[in-house]
Amino acid sequence: MLIKKIVTISSSEITPREVYQQRRRFLREAGALAVAGVGATLLPAAGVAGQKFPNLRKSPYSLDEKTTTYKDVTSYNNFYEFGSGKSDPSERAGNFRTFPWSVAIEGEVKKPAVYQMEDLLKHHPLEERVYRLRCVEAWSMVVPWVGFPLRDLIRRVEPTSRAKYVEFTTLLDPAQMPGQRPGLLGAGLDWPYVEGLRLDEAMHPLTLLAVGLYGEVLPNQNGAPIRLVVPWKYGFKSIKSIVKIRFVEKQPLTTWVRANSREYGFYSNVNPAVDHPRWSQASERRIGEDSLFSPKRKTLPFNGYADQVASLYAGMDLKKYF
Amino acid sequence: MEKNQIVRRFVKPTLFVLALMPLAFLVYRALNNGLGANPIETINRYTGDWVLRFLLVTLAVTPLRRLFGWNALLRYRRMLGLFAFFYACLHFLSYAWLDQYFVLADIIKDVAKRPYITVGFACLLMLIPLAATSTNAMIRRLGARRWQALHRLVYFVGVGGVVHYLWLVKSDLREPLIYGAILVALLGFRLWHRVRRDPGTAAAGSAQHALL
Repeated sequence: MLIKKIVTISSSEITPREVYQQRRRFLREAGALAVAGVGATLLPAAGVAGQKFPNLRKSPYSLDEKTTTYKDVTSYNNFYEFGSGKSDPSERAGNFRTFPWSVAIEGEVKKPAVYQMEDLLKHHPLEERVYRLRCVEAWSMVVPWVGFPLRDLIRRVEPTSRAKYVEFTTLLDPAQMPGQRPGLLGAGLDWPYVEGLRLDEAMHPLTLLAVGLYGEVLPNQNGAPIRLVVPWKYGFKSIKSIVKIRFVEKQPLTTWVRANSREYGFYSNVNPAVDHPRWSQASERRIGEDSLFSPKRKTLPFNGYADQVASLYAGMDLKKYF
Repeated sequence: MEKNQIVRRFVKPTLFVLALMPLAFLVYRALNNGLGANPIETINRYTGDWVLRFLLVTLAVTPLRRLFGWNALLRYRRMLGLFAFFYACLHFLSYAWLDQYFVLADIIKDVAKRPYITVGFACLLMLIPLAATSTNAMIRRLGARRWQALHRLVYFVGVGGVVHYLWLVKSDLREPLIYGAILVALLGFRLWHRVRRDPGTAAAGSAQHALL
């Protein structure tokens, strides 16, 4: 006769799922670190949010403006992969795995490669750059980014003469990114998120690949572990959590253009003279600074970077190529 | 105590205070630095949400009466409708004052140029005569039939309110569609009820006619 004995385990003895997952993740990452033989100086490569970057260079491209508080920069985010609410990314991206992470360089380049994050960090000295960030929704921030110029990476991979544009792609992982779930369960965009720049825009010294802010490893909600920052364009051009950089001949079809080409253009340069069809772009609200009862501030052409970048668009009709 | 007195002395004041709770909570958040990174956007969205909620609750009174015979709800419909108007005024005030800083030229340009603002503003204008004729004296002056015909404007306000929200969002339609689905159910019930009660009208007339 088979006698079954029911073993009772009190719920207090069961390790919560999150705890053991965290533990496994820690073991996996610690193991990977040991294998990689990464020294203590490169620890930020492991994607430990909050970890400080040592010896950051100051950049002459930095603004001398009051920065938006760390709290606002890290809690008021548009990162639709985690939901369309401003607090969704900071609330839902906590367990997002940013290690190990690699970025594939593909297309019209002489040296296609898949770079591990550690490799990118080792190769490119990091600097701090304080930039204005102007969202297409008419608000703005001033963010002290940590990163390196995209042009340094581009030079390293040697684009061919056929490379005219650069296409960037965000990670596609609906299991980790609830906003990417299909149809009405998600945030309503086609995934993965794709952005693009003309090669000369990508080569501009202001164009940054950011891996941190406020001297620390990029928090997940801000696009960890590596994101683009193009300060003279609306924020959605600055694609987050990049896994692929592809050099192409034709202008890429970017996510927001695909979603609504009447409202969002490929260039999307900050331009107070060209309104979004549904709201004015003439002025903006600076997050955390203006009081409830102060008027908005005027938006500047190219977000105040006209001296550096206007020449890229000489002779172009900016109303047509918005 | 008589039932009428209970309603007047306890139920209505309680409902009144409850309906002010969203505003109280907003003020509490404002005083405690709890409005987030973009307080003006928070206030504007929050008050807008409550306009839609009060509109839908007001529009739910008739279906609930018909379905479950909860006729007592009728006593509170006016207050609920007036709170929808109250939050609509706050919503507009937050836009005109906090967002546009009372620059009239900018407001006029916005209302004329941005379809979602045009629709929202039209809804506010439609609510004004409804609020103004909400007193017993006005009902008597207009006569029940005319008063009722006028107050059917609220259907258009409901539809306009949902459209206003739908046209505002960038890509995530989930929330406005939830409000839209509830509105369709509430207005659809009226249509269905009308058809069932009076099949001749429905056969002869359009959907809109049947609604009226």
